[in-house]
Amino acid sequence: MSRQGRFLFPLLIKLPDMSQHANPSASAHEVHADAHAHEEHGHHDSFISKYIFSQDHKTIAKQFLFLGIFWAIIGALFSVFFRLQLGWPGQSFPFMETLLGRWAKDGILDPNFYYALVTMHGTILVFFVLTAGLSGTFANFLIPLQIGARDMASPFLNMLSFWFFAMSSMVMFVSLFLQTGPANGGWTIYPPLSALHEAALGSKVGMDLWLISMALFIISVALGGLNYVSTVINMRTKGMTFFRMPLTVWALFFTAVVGLLSFPVLFAAAVLLIFDRTLGTSFYLSDIFIGGEALSHSGGSPILFQHLFWFLGHPEVYIIILPAFGLVSEVLSVNARKPVFGYRAMVYSIMAIVVLSFIVWAHHMFVTGMNPFVGSIFVLFTLLIAVPSAVKVFNWITTLWRGNLRLTPAMCFAIGFVSLFISGGLTGLFLGNSPIDIPLHDTYFVVAHFHIVMGLAAFYGMFAGIYHWFPKMFGRYMNNTLGYIHFTVTLIGSYMIFWPMHYMGMTGVPRRYYAFESFEFFNQYGGMNQFISVFAIIVFCAQLLFVFNFFYSIYKGRKATELNPWGATTLEWTTPLRPGHGNWPGDIPEVYRWPYDYGKDGHEFIPQTEPLKPGEKDAGH
Amino acid sequence: MSTTLLIFLVLVLVIVIVVQLARAGELLSIARGAKEGEVSAETNRALAYFMIAFLILGMIGGFWSVAYYKPLFLPAASSVHGVAIDELFNITLLFTGIVFIITQILVFWFAFRYRGGSGRKAYYFPHSNKLELIWTVVPSVVMTVLVIMGLRTWFHTLTPSQKPELEVEAIAEQFNWTIRYAGKDGKLGKRHFEKISAENPLGIDWSDENSHDDFITAEIHLPVDKLVLFRLSAKDVLHSFFLPHFRVKMDCVPGIPTQFPFTPTETTEKKRNELNDPNFMFFLACAELCGVSHWNMRRNLFVETEEEFQKWADEQKPAYDAGAVKVSLENKKDNTQDNSEKKDEQTGEIPVSAAHKTP
Repeated sequence: MSRQGRFLFPLLIKLPDMSQHANPSASAHEVHADAHAHEEHGHHDSFISKYIFSQDHKTIAKQFLFLGIFWAIIGALFSVFFRLQLGWPGQSFPFMETLLGRWAKDGILDPNFYYALVTMHGTILVFFVLTAGLSGTFANFLIPLQIGARDMASPFLNMLSFWFFAMSSMVMFVSLFLQTGPANGGWTIYPPLSALHEAALGSKVGMDLWLISMALFIISVALGGLNYVSTVINMRTKGMTFFRMPLTVWALFFTAVVGLLSFPVLFAAAVLLIFDRTLGTSFYLSDIFIGGEALSHSGGSPILFQHLFWFLGHPEVYIIILPAFGLVSEVLSVNARKPVFGYRAMVYSIMAIVVLSFIVWAHHMFVTGMNPFVGSIFVLFTLLIAVPSAVKVFNWITTLWRGNLRLTPAMCFAIGFVSLFISGGLTGLFLGNSPIDIPLHDTYFVVAHFHIVMGLAAFYGMFAGIYHWFPKMFGRYMNNTLGYIHFTVTLIGSYMIFWPMHYMGMTGVPRRYYAFESFEFFNQYGGMNQFISVFAIIVFCAQLLFVFNFFYSIYKGRKATELNPWGATTLEWTTPLRPGHGNWPGDIPEVYRWPYDYGKDGHEFIPQTEPLKPGEKDAGH
Repeated sequence: MSTTLLIFLVLVLVIVIVVQLARAGELLSIARGAKEGEVSAETNRALAYFMIAFLILGMIGGFWSVAYYKPLFLPAASSVHGVAIDELFNITLLFTGIVFIITQILVFWFAFRYRGGSGRKAYYFPHSNKLELIWTVVPSVVMTVLVIMGLRTWFHTLTPSQKPELEVEAIAEQFNWTIRYAGKDGKLGKRHFEKISAENPLGIDWSDENSHDDFITAEIHLPVDKLVLFRLSAKDVLHSFFLPHFRVKMDCVPGIPTQFPFTPTETTEKKRNELNDPNFMFFLACAELCGVSHWNMRRNLFVETEEEFQKWADEQKPAYDAGAVKVSLENKKDNTQDNSEKKDEQTGEIPVSAAHKTP
């Protein structure tokens, strides 16, 4: 246990002790716990306590991952449905009627359901896959293993965190089958559209369920985040100072901090919206005439909702991308057989991004009629955030320089991540500059920008993480050949889908259009839309191949027999092949050095558990 | 249905073949004694060549596609501020383009050049303060330049120093636009959402005399080279007033008036000649998701010479003169009065929207 942590965060000292009471078998303080004792304790675990209501962080991580994959398939399938409509508007696809019933009469997608699909695609991917599925999985899996803890600070809250996510998922899933359809006002659910039952089909029961689901989800994020933060601060093993933590842990730690500070604001926004919808309050509503009558709401502001929403919404994109930063930094370094370049700069740039991420939200709102002076402040901070991002990119590139690259599927995805993060990040300089945002706002340029920089890039980080830590999760390897096919098809497809969208956006083609038949000027991109849709379907199939590889390899993959197959320095590779609850059968190892001693003094790698030689300096300090 | 089934079966077959090949490949490499976590030199080389090919073909494809799609892009901006925005776009494109090309080449070239398998050792290079300082300072300087140029354009666009010569109102609703001109007096009459009815779809307050010469149209007509101020509002949900050719976009918000000033610089006729397209049309679109027919909210826009515009404006009939309005006005006067009074009792507040909309 690091003294440093206690001094820095005195308020949280009590947390691990509390957890000890809640669950003594998982306490990190039992440094002398014995392997057999653990296994014997384990034998009373029933199937339910071991696999369903498990309190083992590794099992909870897998639960997050499985549910995340489930949602990813649904979310991606939805995008295939609406890409079919965009590519071939008005053409009949009988199988859509088979799958969607009355929402695709004669095989043609109903515009109401088109908007529901777009809304659900965004909600599912942003929240359920790239928040819960990404940081839920890897924060749970890697934090205790990499800092040398037997479990989370509170395994019980950790379990609750997953089950709140599961409840939230169930509510959202049920909403897909409503008579009036799920929410269809866009994932940003701007009122008044989302507040008024008569404004859209999806603003009836679908929106109620969306809001309830989101409230449950936020509880899940808060419980998980509290755990990740207190675990990192309080439960590091002996010698694991803050600046000996791998970048994965740094990134996941700050992800949790950002989540804890921003998600509650969305909770408030959602609760106020529920009030407006059901109790007749006017937080977001004023001067509305709809459905043939003037409503009594007065004095509210729809723009207030946007401020609250984006106060979460913008940090949210960093909640999504920070874990990917961490995973990619680690995978790049291990497989380049080189230390990650500028470790401290990487940590400080994450800190800078975290701070700035809270003061850039209104760049989503330049054309809402906001005072131009307010807009100008947000231009400044938004472009400023490009500086730490640029530092990270150059550091990743320098990590590759003169390495000895082992191009595993994980490494390939990490390299792909850097490429995509550059491509998507640079277009942010157009959108973040308010005058250029005027013509580009709400066009396909925005769609291309955020899909590349946070959607694809985060997915690439997630894939890198899954391929890399799969042997630690399941004791087997994923099939490399399938992994390479997955990578090559996905990389080509990613650019083929989203690169052309920049051209559409520069032409002003608005996003969230069901069809372009009223605008011959926008409709001239029909051929391009077909091209994009074809690649979307190909990439979707490649992801199915990944899912197949994932589940097949859990049962039939090559068995892992080596403890440390990648030659990594970090602590998770010192655990047994299939670590039980408690992670280390004997003592928790002690840490003597930073996690990136690759290729130092002629050594291939030096594990963190190896004491410094006399006169040797720890490079992290 | 049968073609769908066929495609599905072919797909399944392809997947089965790929999976079988992948399995065989893995068994073969294990039989050859491949160690866990190892990537063979051949595999590294194959992937390295894939990456370098992707880089080269991608760069060629990028430049080729710009040339190919250029004819479809938006033509040069037809407004004063639009030209400035396009200029800023191009400057940003230059900066980012250079960075994009350099960094992408480095990423894929390093992946290619430093692939493993040659027995070479990685170079231990944990950090360099000099390098890190360079790539902190250089982006900071570039960002500062972009911010300064951006904010100048931003303020010039939204807060021009001249006074507008014409005020036009655009009111959005699901799924329609209504355009109102101030008429001869140059002043828009007050509106209030509670006065909206079938006969008075905009809720114009006829007791305000400024409203009596206001006229309502479906199309937008603007005189060339005059600063026009668009006053924007929405009846029901959010909409966004988007004129792509003029680089104009501003949300229409129920309860909060918004506006956008701009000067059209080219008549429709001139643009048609320039583009050699007799059917060319400026248009208005909605750019904020507003419901199920969001994609159908179009209005045409015509930019004309001063004389043509005046002639058109003189031909328009004020909404007040339309017989039905006058009649309904007499009948409804008391009702509306009652409504707004009731509201005041309930909330103790004076409705603000009408006051805001006074020019």
